[in-house]
Amino acid sequence: MHPTPSTLTMQAPAREVGIAATVGRTPLIPLRHLARDLPPGVEVWAKAEWFNPSGSVKARPAWNILRTALAAGRLRGKRLLDATSGNMGIAYATFGAALGVPVTLTLPANASPERLAMLRALGAELILTDPLEGTDGAIEEARRLAEAHPDRYCYVDQYNNPANWQAHYLTTGPEILQQTEGRITRFVAGVGTSGTLMGTGRYLREHLPDVVILAVQPDGPMHGLEGLKHMPTALRPGIYDPTFPDGVIEVPTQAAYAMVRRLAREEGLFVGPSSGAAAWAALQVASQLREGVVVTIFPDGGDRYLSAPFWEEDA
Amino acid sequence: MPTLLLPMPLRPYADNQRAVQVKGRTVREALQDLVDQYPRLKPHLFNGEGRLQPYIHVFLNGEDVRSLQGVDTPLEENAELRILPSIAGG
Ligand SMILES: Cc1ncc(COP(=O)(O)O)c(C=O)c1O
Repeated sequence: MHPTPSTLTMQAPAREVGIAATVGRTPLIPLRHLARDLPPGVEVWAKAEWFNPSGSVKARPAWNILRTALAAGRLRGKRLLDATSGNMGIAYATFGAALGVPVTLTLPANASPERLAMLRALGAELILTDPLEGTDGAIEEARRLAEAHPDRYCYVDQYNNPANWQAHYLTTGPEILQQTEGRITRFVAGVGTSGTLMGTGRYLREHLPDVVILAVQPDGPMHGLEGLKHMPTALRPGIYDPTFPDGVIEVPTQAAYAMVRRLAREEGLFVGPSSGAAAWAALQVASQLREGVVVTIFPDGGDRYLSAPFWEEDA
Repeated sequence: MPTLLLPMPLRPYADNQRAVQVKGRTVREALQDLVDQYPRLKPHLFNGEGRLQPYIHVFLNGEDVRSLQGVDTPLEENAELRILPSIAGG
């Protein structure tokens, strides 16, 4: 279950891996105004993951997956292939460009225009799948391509690749432990592949057995929280262990959108909808405490969603 | 009759069908007929005030009906409507 010695560090010199050397070590930022009405002993902090190269939390798993596939010789003469909702693809394309690894991605054709434009700018080959079949349709297409062309593609499968959650075990977890000086009592994270929750959560629980780990997901199968999965109605990722979190918090899309607007206007934090959901859940958890340090993850920035209507009050 | 294509996550609420024939001369009437046929879909599409949830996208011939006449957009006899999910996970 735990990282093997070959995965013990994600650090590598910039001289060898270029921009991939800058993954992680993101700021931890307190919510000061939104947390104002909480008891004085309760703190809420968010990890600002849009500071990563490629602009999202997915820099961590993408670099670890690419790195371990390269080290195992699996990418020799092949293209890296995976299904993605966008952020993971942007991260693969970034590090693929830096290391000279060609990248092919399957993703639903209704991915936001900002994401598609970024992926094309970074030189990734895109295979767009039927929007009606959602992300699960993109996963099926990646599987089909990998089976049909085993010599052309190395399918790295972020939903089932342990290097995904191990990236967070190796970096996000230790960073949070250090940045809170070991004071974290609750960890709250959204689940897409669940890599963030599983990897960070495992590390924290090993070092602080009393820490409470909470998963955040949309409150129904049709939602507007890009990046998050409604687990009961989706293909369950192989790396997700539903018995691992201590609880699950369901967030209504409209509540997350309202929170995204407040984070921008009251904290100067311009973030995406899954960060709004994370903040809403973290504040709900915090409101039930008399004392404690709640930490959550803000996966990406708001600039990826500028074409979306939710920045306006009535959207 | 217009056809309404459902995304994967909504199919369990409509006998696992991908395509449903609906009656209606506008998008509104078509959606109404859909939830009349499958009442369990209703809370996933409309809010408490009966308005289409803003994050639900209905496409007619490749265009979001919000950029046409919204739920008042007229439908031809053989129109094909698609309800699209947002992009989940990873
Ligand atoms: C915006 C956003 N939020 C949250 C997540 C979920 O992260 P994880 O896959 O680690 O569960 C993702 C995953 O791609 C994402 O893109």
